[in-house]
Amino acid sequence: MRSKNSAVINETNRIGVLTPEGPQTALSWETVLPPSSGLDLESGKYLKIWHGPQHPGVTGNMALELTLEGDIIRECKTHVGYLHRAFEKLMERRKYIQCFPIVCRICVPEPDPNEYLFAAAVEELAHMEIPERAIWLRTLILEMVRVAFLTMGLGGQAGSFGLGPIGQWAVTHRDYLLDLFEELTGGRVYHMYILPGGVRRDLPEGFTDRLESVLKKIEKLISSVEKVMFNNAVFKARAKGLGVIPPEWVVPYGITGTNARAAGVPFDVRKNNPYLVYDQLDFEILTGTASDVYERTSLRKEEILQSIRLIRQIIEHMPKNGPVRHKLPNVLNWKVPAGETYVRAESGRGELGYYLVSDGSEYPRRVHVRGPGYTHAMVVLEKLADGQSIADLAGIMVSLQTCPPEIER
Amino acid sequence: MSLKDLISPFYAWERALEKPYTINKPIDDREGADRYRGFHVNDIEKCIGCGTCEEICQNEAIDMVPVEGIEAGNGDSGLRPKIDYGRCCWCGRCVDVCPTGSLGMSNEYKWVTTDPEEFRFIPGFDDKPWNNEEKGYRRDEESWLLAPELHKMPVVEPDIRKLTFEEMALGYDDDLALDEAARCLECGLCVETCPAHMDIPEYIRAIRENRLDDGLKILYESNPFSESCGRICTARCQYVCALSHNGEAIPIRWLKRYITDKTADQKNEILNTNNNVPESGRNIAIVGGGPSGLSAAYYLRQYGHSVTVYEKHEHLGGMLRYGIPEYRLPKAVLDREIQVILDSGVKVITGISIGKNVTLNQLQDQYDAVYLSVGAQIGTGMPIDGMDTPGVQIGVDFLDRIASGERPDLGEKVVVVGGGNTAMDVCRSSVRLGAEEVQVLYRRTEQEMPANREEIEEAQEEGVAFHYLAAPVSISRNGNKLHINAIRMELGEPDSSGRRRPVPISGSEYTIEADTCIMAIGQKVDASFAKSSEIKLTRWGTFEVDTDTLATNIPGLYAGGDCQTGPDDAIRAIADGKKVAYSINKFLEGMN
Repeated sequence: MRSKNSAVINETNRIGVLTPEGPQTALSWETVLPPSSGLDLESGKYLKIWHGPQHPGVTGNMALELTLEGDIIRECKTHVGYLHRAFEKLMERRKYIQCFPIVCRICVPEPDPNEYLFAAAVEELAHMEIPERAIWLRTLILEMVRVAFLTMGLGGQAGSFGLGPIGQWAVTHRDYLLDLFEELTGGRVYHMYILPGGVRRDLPEGFTDRLESVLKKIEKLISSVEKVMFNNAVFKARAKGLGVIPPEWVVPYGITGTNARAAGVPFDVRKNNPYLVYDQLDFEILTGTASDVYERTSLRKEEILQSIRLIRQIIEHMPKNGPVRHKLPNVLNWKVPAGETYVRAESGRGELGYYLVSDGSEYPRRVHVRGPGYTHAMVVLEKLADGQSIADLAGIMVSLQTCPPEIER
Repeated sequence: MSLKDLISPFYAWERALEKPYTINKPIDDREGADRYRGFHVNDIEKCIGCGTCEEICQNEAIDMVPVEGIEAGNGDSGLRPKIDYGRCCWCGRCVDVCPTGSLGMSNEYKWVTTDPEEFRFIPGFDDKPWNNEEKGYRRDEESWLLAPELHKMPVVEPDIRKLTFEEMALGYDDDLALDEAARCLECGLCVETCPAHMDIPEYIRAIRENRLDDGLKILYESNPFSESCGRICTARCQYVCALSHNGEAIPIRWLKRYITDKTADQKNEILNTNNNVPESGRNIAIVGGGPSGLSAAYYLRQYGHSVTVYEKHEHLGGMLRYGIPEYRLPKAVLDREIQVILDSGVKVITGISIGKNVTLNQLQDQYDAVYLSVGAQIGTGMPIDGMDTPGVQIGVDFLDRIASGERPDLGEKVVVVGGGNTAMDVCRSSVRLGAEEVQVLYRRTEQEMPANREEIEEAQEEGVAFHYLAAPVSISRNGNKLHINAIRMELGEPDSSGRRRPVPISGSEYTIEADTCIMAIGQKVDASFAKSSEIKLTRWGTFEVDTDTLATNIPGLYAGGDCQTGPDDAIRAIADGKKVAYSINKFLEGMN
């Protein structure tokens, strides 16, 4: 079965047509770009401070240059460059198989979509079929890692508002999942499970039972979080109405994932551009309306439960046995036929895409990673921070689920 | 805001007494999962030091280093992987790619030392507590990142090829050659094993990159008989190929043939054969125009020396012409290959026997240096009664007759004695001459047979019957049939060659009736022409030389090829030719 990613971006699948109001027209550049602050910095009214790169309220390694008036942010500029490893350029000097230890590092908490997309792109160019069971196993690990990522994100969101215990619970529950990853793939964080042609190994004995017990624990966690966080007067007071993304920003800024869905835009690559076995699974796109920090967090909580349901469906429907990988040629001399492709998948942060060009040699000619964090962190954050209290900035940033390595590729 | 919203957060206490999970575990002695990718383990004895792990590691965490107690040898570089855990990212690609499967990862992940240098070590060699750990990540056949399967050489079907001396191997087409070239790991273990040290990984790379001209140049750097070797080489390289440990070796010989077949018409242009090297003014005589002599001639010409080859037969080529049947090496191929050597300016005098028409001393007087490469052309018989019975032949003489164009009638039933490649050539030629029943008698078992496995299989396909653990004890004639009295053998203790010695089983004699019996059990050197000279011989009748320079005890007189080593394969003789060209040139430079 071929990867369901298409090299051609179908016009009807563009985000624009999927908004509730129908097709959107792009906004003019004046409204898209942050306005010039026009602040008189010499007036003594303002204070410039750096929020990050070392700051617990910053996701990953990036810095925000803030101009404050009292504790109100009057201007926010994002600064990146603290972890630039030139992932894309490095890959041009690596054989295809050697790229896998690189791509997984583009998102530490959720590495598998990167592995999947790079493999899918290579398979597409090499016209490689992958075994049925491998397709299901890939879907399984992608959903597992989504749960792990969103669970940790939930803890991070709580932490950004000072709700410490939830962060600890979340990290613990992610650890239960990491134990399962360790068992399945041999690695806790960087799984390197997906390879061109399939996956590295089949499920170990009794794995699904252990997975089910962890899923139950996470469901129980969610019910605790429901009480302690979502019904918490302080959290409600601070998160509701904070960091509202207007639906009309979604198309011009390229906002995807939960950030777009919380704004009422029903876009999910799993549904709109089904890949792997998502077209055989029963699920609906979850959307919100308020589009604030509370809504996004709440929606992510619902998506954890959705992914848990998906994992159960996958385990129920996947072929019980069969090969898990297609034999590769000698990977050290593997020449992938010339061509180019763009493949996309729904990561926990939004649409992740890989554009891969092969010139027919043993090395990729060009790899471009379309990380959802790019727009969310670089542009949307600057806009949302404007006029907010500095105390809420961490909450806004975490609610966007930004991931700096996706920016500094 | 409701009252519920104020009270609800206190539910946090419901988890207050939960046992912490993330903090306690590293302190507890928690074992890694069964397939955990922890510190490496390596089966040092199984590892061949091919360096494929080093090649695939994108972090350059692996260095191949010499290890005390492990010597470089046939198919083993003597190096072992040393891993820098400051660089290793534990991806396990090195394990997935390991050709022998010796490298693995233990499930051990906790190890503390105050010395950062200790985080660089040689798994399996440096003493670590996890060295014998069974658990951890290992590769299985499915996850092997190499291609173990060989594309077989297309050959003429046995039923058809039995009827003709036409060449049976058809050669790789472009796609097959590219696929096979892509399987190569470039570990270079083959280079060391090849007597001529041909740069195999480089010419295979040339195929992959479609640079066949370069490929041909690389071939000719070490072997001017690449076209012949591409067909009939014993391919020792393939026996040490890293891939052969778990799959099938790269068909190095066929890839060599692919390059020479593709460039056959443009060899002189590509090699710039007639390159007008400045003449050195030195004259060298080469006695014997076989692979060793002609190789020496080719390389000596590259130094600018004037070379004259003396050949006893009418045609050049030695054993390649007179010992190898047409179906393996067509004479036309050999001729065009020799022509390239001659085109470089080598002079040839054929039909001259040293010792008869001209003496060795005369040559030594006339030339600055003389290279003896007369081969081991005398076939030996067995010390048994009836060797002179009509119908009993010697293998090399038989092949010589076939090569000269004779097609003798062998009768219906042929018995071939011997288990080497000559025996295979003889039995398969007998099939082609119309013998209906050909059987090979070999005194050991198939396992000990020195003939190439491929040859044995192809002979079997052609209907040759193999009778192991049997040897003739006498031959007599009864009417128009030969009666070969044979005896059964069993294997005893290993002899000096490491093969188990055959021991006759008394009372197990039996008789085989046949029309022809051909002995292909060995050859020896005819050194009678050197009797008048002071040259030293070994007790086997071969020339005694300094193996580094191939110089005999007489200055300016060199000997190599089969007449120095005893009967061996072509590539060994070619390697001697190249080596002697170098040492003769050194010697001549010393005279200046």
